[in-house]
Amino acid sequence: MDGLSGEIWQSVALTVELASATTVILLIIGTPLAWWLARSKAIWTEAVATIVALPLVLPPTVLGFYLLVLLGPNGPGGWIASLWGGRTLAFTFEGLIVGSVLYSMPFVVQPIRNAFVAMGERPLEVAATLRASPARAFWTVAVPLARPGFLTAGVLGFAHTIGEFGLVLMIGGNIPGRTRVLSIAIFDYVEEARWREASWLAGSMVIFAFAVILTVALIDKRNARARA
Amino acid sequence: MRTAKPGRIEIAFNGTLGTFSLDAQFSVPAKGVTAVFGPSGCGKTTVARCIAGLKRLAGGLCAVDGEIWQDDTTFRPPHLRPIGYVFQEASLFPHLSVKRNLLFGAPKRDTVPIGFDEVVELLGIAHLLTRAPAHLSGGERQRVAIGRALLSQPKLLVMDEPLAALDRSAKGEILPFLERLHEKLALPMLYISHDMAEIERFADHLVLMERGTVAAAGPLATLQSNPALPLAASRDSAVSCEAVVSGYDGRYGLLALRLKGARLLVPASPLAPGVRQRLRIAASDVSLALEAPYASSILNVFPARIRSHAPLGHGEVTVVLALGTGGSGTQILARITRRSWDALGFRDGLDVFAQVKGVSLVAASDRPLEAPSEASPSPERDAGQVSAAA
Repeated sequence: MDGLSGEIWQSVALTVELASATTVILLIIGTPLAWWLARSKAIWTEAVATIVALPLVLPPTVLGFYLLVLLGPNGPGGWIASLWGGRTLAFTFEGLIVGSVLYSMPFVVQPIRNAFVAMGERPLEVAATLRASPARAFWTVAVPLARPGFLTAGVLGFAHTIGEFGLVLMIGGNIPGRTRVLSIAIFDYVEEARWREASWLAGSMVIFAFAVILTVALIDKRNARARA
Repeated sequence: MRTAKPGRIEIAFNGTLGTFSLDAQFSVPAKGVTAVFGPSGCGKTTVARCIAGLKRLAGGLCAVDGEIWQDDTTFRPPHLRPIGYVFQEASLFPHLSVKRNLLFGAPKRDTVPIGFDEVVELLGIAHLLTRAPAHLSGGERQRVAIGRALLSQPKLLVMDEPLAALDRSAKGEILPFLERLHEKLALPMLYISHDMAEIERFADHLVLMERGTVAAAGPLATLQSNPALPLAASRDSAVSCEAVVSGYDGRYGLLALRLKGARLLVPASPLAPGVRQRLRIAASDVSLALEAPYASSILNVFPARIRSHAPLGHGEVTVVLALGTGGSGTQILARITRRSWDALGFRDGLDVFAQVKGVSLVAASDRPLEAPSEASPSPERDAGQVSAAA
């Protein structure tokens, strides 16, 4: 049992590491993207928004398939990697991060975009008439006003990364300590008929999911009250 | 590149926005309060937004006191224009306290023309500094918004219908503060409004807008008494003028006021001699006589000359009068029936007697002016006032 729990904890640690890295990367690249989507009046804005939203609808295996083609040894990713003798991202932790970032992007970009849209133009106009440069207006007005959107984005991005399975299986495989995250571990335990471990993990995931959704709901509720 | 005249605000914007076409052009002194008046939807707010650079109309001109903010080759973005802008809704930053809202646009210098303590005192917001905007009343919020705009040390303060979103009592609460701003700060202001009653209280100049164009621009009293313009032709036409307190009759509770070409007695609370006082004389409160009335209850009867007249509807006439013997003083309006006009043989250029039944005192300043650049009523300041121009 001790050995087994070590195995479980390895999966937990790997999963948290993956979700944290993905969330941080998504907040960094998702914020400017959400800002642009919220304010651009170009006709192709919605086309970009749709591309970002695709993972909401596509089966994760489809995304995983294309990533594998792109990043695998025979794809463009593999070709680039071979130029400097590096290895491809397929079946690595870094590959998992790339996949997770794409897969969880809509969950991060949309709440931030909605928050930027909801505040409207006025606070930024006020800031401009008070001598604030666009950069200062962004950091001191837009970002603080969009704080609930950032919170929701962070929580959803993190939680959604933890819950992915199909994409991980396609691109990461099942390498203990490298790509074997929680959802894969549960799958393995069930395959091996180790119901005890499987149910322990599955139950924890249910509690985690409950906590996440409750947190997001409470953020939204507090936010609605602050606006009233 | 065009050269901008110092001491003037020069505006020219034309263009089409959707189905609305704007062709607004005017030049007013960069001094005192210039009101932009017109019905809703006539383009006032668009002009204000263009001046602030929040809206960009190609080919526009905007120059303030010798500085070009926009012309054919220049467009300064809003944050590089020394402007203070008060929106119709206070639009305070909800995540900042009142104090941090006030200081948001304040330069990080020690010596500024408009000081923090001065603004807080002027607007009566000292007790609100630590509060969150969500816990302020509508009138308090708008006062903080005005203070925030002032503390950014603007060279022009634009107020876009700052009272329109407020209820009656909040309006009454803010108007005295606006009058005090006018008295105490040398800052030129553009005051956008569709309410003539607000404008009559403290504007010096007026820009009259109609359907996207400027119908007239000039000193307030001149436009008010121009029979060719809709102001004089309206049923509640009136003229605003500046008077100086010359004495007080305590026995009868009458304030004596000196006006160019006349001396008025008005029942009012005492004010110190020399204090400037704005008056509003409604056309409906002024009647005319060919001879000085021998025995009348009306105290204020002055010689005056008929300058011009215009029919008002079918039965009445609006008459423009210049007070004083020979008609050298302030111009006011009188409204009489067309029957009296004909029966008494009135005509332009005739010397008559004006009987003023009612005068309202609008803005009283009971303290000497403190702002550095306008220390006290001076001849130089008088020149910018409506009484001198009328």
